[in-house]
Amino acid sequence: MAETGRETILEIKDLSIAYPISIGTVRAVEDVSLPVYKGEVLGLVGESGCGKSTLGLSVLQLMKPPGRVSGGSIIYRGRAGEARDILAMGQKELLDLRGKNIAMIFQNPLTSLDPLVSVADHFVEAIQVHESEVKRKNAIERAEAILGDLGIESRRLAEYPYQLSGGMRQRIMIGLALILHPDLLLADEPTTALDVIVEAGFTELLMKLKRQYDLTVVLISHNLGLVAEMADRIAVMYGGRIAELASVDDIFSRPLHPYTKGLMDCVPNILLDQKELTAMPGSPPDLVNPNPCCPFAPRCPKAMDVCRSKTPRLVDYGGRSAACWLYERKD
Amino acid sequence: MSAIIRAEHLVKEFPVKGSGVGKNRRIVHAVDDVSFEIDEGEVLGLAGESGSGKSTTGRLLIRLIEPTSGKIEYRGKDIISYRPRELEELRAKVQMIFQDPMSSLSPRMSVGEAIGHPLDIHGIGDRAWRREAVLGMMRKVGLSPAEYLYKKYPHQLSGGQSQRVVIARALVTRPDFVVADEPIAMADVSVRALILKLMRDLKDEMGLTYLFITHDLATAKYLCDRVAIMYLGRIVELASRDELFSHPHHPYTKALLAAVPIPDPKARKPKDLPEGEIPSAIDPPAGCHFHPRCRFAKPECSGGRPPLRDIGGGHLSACILD
Amino acid sequence: MAFFDTLLGGLQLNENKNEAGADRARFSPASGLAKALGAFSEAARKYRVEWWILVAGILVVGLIVFMTVFPAIFTRFDPNDQSAGPQLGAPSFAHFLGTDNLGRDVGARMVYGARTILGVAIAASLLSALIGIPLGLISGFAGNWLDKVLSLVMDSVYSFPGLILAIAFAAMLGPGVINITLAVSVVYIPTYFRLVRGQTLQIKEELYVEAARAIGARKSVILAKYVFPNVIATVVVVFSLNIADAIMTEAALSYIGLGLPAGIPDWGMDLSMGKKFLPSGVWWMITYPGAMIMLLALGFTMLGEGLSEILNPRLQEY
Repeated sequence: MAETGRETILEIKDLSIAYPISIGTVRAVEDVSLPVYKGEVLGLVGESGCGKSTLGLSVLQLMKPPGRVSGGSIIYRGRAGEARDILAMGQKELLDLRGKNIAMIFQNPLTSLDPLVSVADHFVEAIQVHESEVKRKNAIERAEAILGDLGIESRRLAEYPYQLSGGMRQRIMIGLALILHPDLLLADEPTTALDVIVEAGFTELLMKLKRQYDLTVVLISHNLGLVAEMADRIAVMYGGRIAELASVDDIFSRPLHPYTKGLMDCVPNILLDQKELTAMPGSPPDLVNPNPCCPFAPRCPKAMDVCRSKTPRLVDYGGRSAACWLYERKD
Repeated sequence: MSAIIRAEHLVKEFPVKGSGVGKNRRIVHAVDDVSFEIDEGEVLGLAGESGSGKSTTGRLLIRLIEPTSGKIEYRGKDIISYRPRELEELRAKVQMIFQDPMSSLSPRMSVGEAIGHPLDIHGIGDRAWRREAVLGMMRKVGLSPAEYLYKKYPHQLSGGQSQRVVIARALVTRPDFVVADEPIAMADVSVRALILKLMRDLKDEMGLTYLFITHDLATAKYLCDRVAIMYLGRIVELASRDELFSHPHHPYTKALLAAVPIPDPKARKPKDLPEGEIPSAIDPPAGCHFHPRCRFAKPECSGGRPPLRDIGGGHLSACILD
Repeated sequence: MAFFDTLLGGLQLNENKNEAGADRARFSPASGLAKALGAFSEAARKYRVEWWILVAGILVVGLIVFMTVFPAIFTRFDPNDQSAGPQLGAPSFAHFLGTDNLGRDVGARMVYGARTILGVAIAASLLSALIGIPLGLISGFAGNWLDKVLSLVMDSVYSFPGLILAIAFAAMLGPGVINITLAVSVVYIPTYFRLVRGQTLQIKEELYVEAARAIGARKSVILAKYVFPNVIATVVVVFSLNIADAIMTEAALSYIGLGLPAGIPDWGMDLSMGKKFLPSGVWWMITYPGAMIMLLALGFTMLGEGLSEILNPRLQEY
């Protein structure tokens, strides 16, 4: 389903992730196919339980057991050009991949940094794990360089996480993620724990670094304002599946899927004079032992009979795709 | 419109543990001389980032924590001087909705028990009556089927449902003033709109007055009549909703508005963000707390505390510049 | 918890299967049986190891408790009857577990001894809980000078080696079942106190306690309705483990010879007597009391550990 002429750095195909529980299986991610193009910012949007975080973790095989991939592949095409299936990688290859080729930053900077380790040592460790021959002095020089890009004074290297503010810690996190110059950055709700002004600064920084380090970014977030600002394309997830995948303009101005439409209508926009917010009734679906149907059907204002009995597939409609029986031929 | 709540020169200081006594003791100036009033039937938004003191102010208003100094009036009566018994009676009239529904409900109390407990405390009605009142309240907030959910426990509910339980519990004694502390911050995006609408409908139906505490200015714009912006324990701006969003005066308000993410890819990107981050509330900058980060700062800004002055038509701002 | 009702139903059925010769006609309609077995196997699948530990614990404890209530089913001898059989008789058909140096049937002493040790252990634990829990609640919630004083006292008692403390009290109070119970209970009061106080301190900071204040609840009501129910789950687990410990303490006390008059059958005392005759090849006098003590303590331990998994309200479903 990748567009012709555009290189993909990551190709997720028919990925399914499930967790066994006592009463059945939770299908956290189901049949997800998603290309990530080189140099873009892809927003992965959805509410809690939609599977976006699980999907993100699975790219680096960071899911905690008993969650496991039950099908599909994640093909990574790095700078060297070779294509490898991340899900087929052994432990050693994965350790090499993480940090060097693909990096990830998380939501809570407070718990992501080791409180007993100084900032400098964080960087030294990050470097030496992959390049064990690098001397400490050189590692610190590289850390200083990247701190400059992050807008942090080098005196902070000697400090410990508790001495830094939340925004600064989050910037250190990006620094650690980018110190080895990966080509893909996954960001899982990176600004959720930040104040709004700090968040805006962080967003600016992330865009600057993306250009400077020639990155591809997958931004996982439930914050529509954030993805509107940063993303080129957006994948909307619901019930473990991709509901819609399109350019950011199309998603916001011309959404196809009723869920996407519903989301757009219920988020307040400070620039508009909104008298009413249209709310979606109901709550996200239970992902345990799902029946074949569209996961959004119970809440969908446009639900038809077929929606409740057959699961729609993600179909391409000229450069954008949606999984909805309103558009797909019911055969 | 009469003022239902009036706060005058509210101050709340917390000592920093282990910082000694007397002159050397370090103090967190959580709320630093805050005054405002809320008219009956209005929604006053209290907006700010972390450390602004908004949550503390909300709790002070209903005397959930005791002010270090200052006056709080409910319907003209000074509630600071209330004795325990009067305070208990007050609780039936002024209530609070909390941020995290899963933490603000006891895991061992069923929905019916939790919502009915305020009625029990204030001795309203007998058992049979209370059950009906609780069921009625549950239906009003959209918890149905009420009889079925009555027996459920918080961990069996969805996030939206549990927040409705919190709302029902707050409203079951028919209060007239409710402090809502970030009631939708922990909810899913699609649930937020539902809860906001619910709060608005209930306000009209039950004649409520809200203090709506939030860090999200977009939701403040939707729900509030007037909005107060707080920074590091002080109110820096207070104006009607339309005034504040169309003609913000204080540089901090302007920065805040510029930084709010817009769910529209074609919208402007924020520029000229203030430098640095929010300083500590233990040793705040002298004079105007915002001046070290302010683009427009002048030498006078680090002098005395800028007063909250009326810049026209009831629009208050604590910036001395024009 | 509805599952517990079916659980009880299922277990009663199991017990019936185990009691060869037990004459309990417990009527269960077929649907009840099916439901109980269904709940049983669902829970077994869900909790795996912990479930079986709990079941084992319940069975062992249940069996011994049953034994204390219906001793006649297990033995026809009187434990104090010195003419029951020959002295130092080895285990035989007439006396399954042999006889002791005074001609008393060892089996009977095991059966009736269960009452003693179980009675003391449970009573002592109950007493400790009844004192330690409220003190812990109040201390943790109040948090002021009262908390500091109580904590100091409790920590001092706690830091004392339990057995020595029990010995000291038992020696001080003198012989007698009640005195031994008191001596044992003193050792465990700090356990409940510390546990409950710690939990209270934590729960005190929870949002729902603040919410309870916001709706106007008084401190006593908050303690009773909001704090205590959230503390009780851990307490129940500790209670069972505590009984296991109390069993060992009581056995140790009577092993030393403190506390119980001669007429009351007691495993600890028998253990001590058995030791004397072991060199002459009389193994049954010491083995069975030792095994029973171990079995009973193990049973309560398994019960407690198994319960701790089940009763945790935020149990992960995985």
